[in-house]
Amino acid sequence: MVVETGTQTVKSGLAEMLKGGVIMDVVTASQAVIAQEAGACAVMALERVPSDIRKHGGVARMSDPTKIREIIGAVTIPVMAKVRIGHFVEASILQALGVDYVDESEVLTPADEKLHINKWDFAVPFVCGCRDLGEALRRIAEGAAMIRTKGEAGTGNIVEAVRHMRAVQGAIRALAGMDDEELVNYAKEIGAPVELVRETKRLRRLPVVNFAAGGVATPADAALMMRLGADGVFVGSGIFKSEQPQRMADAIVRATTHYNDDQILAEVSTGLGDAMPGLNLDDLPDSERLAQRGW
Amino acid sequence: MPPTIGVLALQGDFHEHAVSLRALGAVAREIRKPEQLAGLDGLIIPGGESTTIARLLLAYDLHAPVRQRGAAGLPIWGTCAGAILLADDVPGLDRPPLGLLPMTVERNAYGRQVDSFETDLKAPALPPTPAGTRPPYHAIFIRAPRIRALRDGVDVLMAYEAEPVAVRYRSLLATTFHPELTPDHRWHRYFLETLVDGGVAGEAAVATEAAGGGAA
Repeated sequence: MVVETGTQTVKSGLAEMLKGGVIMDVVTASQAVIAQEAGACAVMALERVPSDIRKHGGVARMSDPTKIREIIGAVTIPVMAKVRIGHFVEASILQALGVDYVDESEVLTPADEKLHINKWDFAVPFVCGCRDLGEALRRIAEGAAMIRTKGEAGTGNIVEAVRHMRAVQGAIRALAGMDDEELVNYAKEIGAPVELVRETKRLRRLPVVNFAAGGVATPADAALMMRLGADGVFVGSGIFKSEQPQRMADAIVRATTHYNDDQILAEVSTGLGDAMPGLNLDDLPDSERLAQRGW
Repeated sequence: MPPTIGVLALQGDFHEHAVSLRALGAVAREIRKPEQLAGLDGLIIPGGESTTIARLLLAYDLHAPVRQRGAAGLPIWGTCAGAILLADDVPGLDRPPLGLLPMTVERNAYGRQVDSFETDLKAPALPPTPAGTRPPYHAIFIRAPRIRALRDGVDVLMAYEAEPVAVRYRSLLATTFHPELTPDHRWHRYFLETLVDGGVAGEAAVATEAAGGGAA
């Protein structure tokens, strides 16, 4: 009897199990417990949430393993953690720690200005950010088993996540009208392998699960991304930088399940206190735009 | 009339179950609220995070009505997280499971995600193919639970390394792997043909009996 581990099926299969759920950024074990209590389907273990990474500046790296171990010990839902783009040693360390999913993330300072990690080398699955279909399919070609929009992390501003989700979904709809010759040319234009472009056309969706991320700050933001076609939602600074993290976490989970139910959305949006303070992206210089990291 | 099967859609891969059901001609209905449970011929609790689904069942007032329907004979199938929730004993789960199926289930019992696996298993319980053969079943285990103990009346339908991975108890089916992630619909067919159609009363029949009459 052949027993296989680390296959693309079991890697992308875990992402399938996360669908319809909310993955929350946490920096301590006690935050991880609050997230799990509220109904998060996974947590992202970090040293600082993206809005603090913006404030503090400097080089942002993989978290200290002590913190990741504490968080793994505190919850039974899957634990994800971030590595710098191209930093395959940080990824090996997270794999050794027993992390369930690795996020090769533009939120941390890139370690390689040209190349992403060859994710086929790992048994642990990877999630990667994208701004459009070409970027999503390049990451899948490198072995990513889950995709998320980049959005603009740590801003509490949903506009970039909407831009990226619409870019991906709009391109997938456009594929439906292309013949084979056009498909080959389109693959060249967006810098994606033609086989994956064909598969995306056939499936009428990305070949792996696609979550929204980067700027989700309210239940309405989460429901908006679900209605735009997201399979689930990452919330970074939006929970623990809000006035009432527990209530906000609970409300965003409910809004993600019931994203098509306006009555429930109205209820859960009521009386949440202040959401995280937001940033206007017009005020954000190019050098501080995290979504531009990644190639 | 094709059967209407509810798929609990609180979190997890409910969409894949719906696709498999529709491929077999059944009507699939996503269930997020108690009122959507009315008139079902069967219910599937999908794969997902058992910790999360256990909380949301309570938070969305679905725990009691699902439990009550299962106890009254509505066919229910749980895959992976769903199998955990059907059990009556789940060490470490800090919310009550549905407690309908007398077995002990240990969560994440093969290890963490890097230990998730796929393999071919002998499946004598499944119906033969149209050609009359019984090919092995390709089972996908993702952060899978292990069934540690079975109590009276539970039948083992499939095993991996001598441990049960598919079991049946009255109108309930539990599988620790994910048939919804493969194009092989034999387990969905088994559920529809053996539990939903096969003489086990659907909810409509249960309600009629409870009302004390057989008049249609």
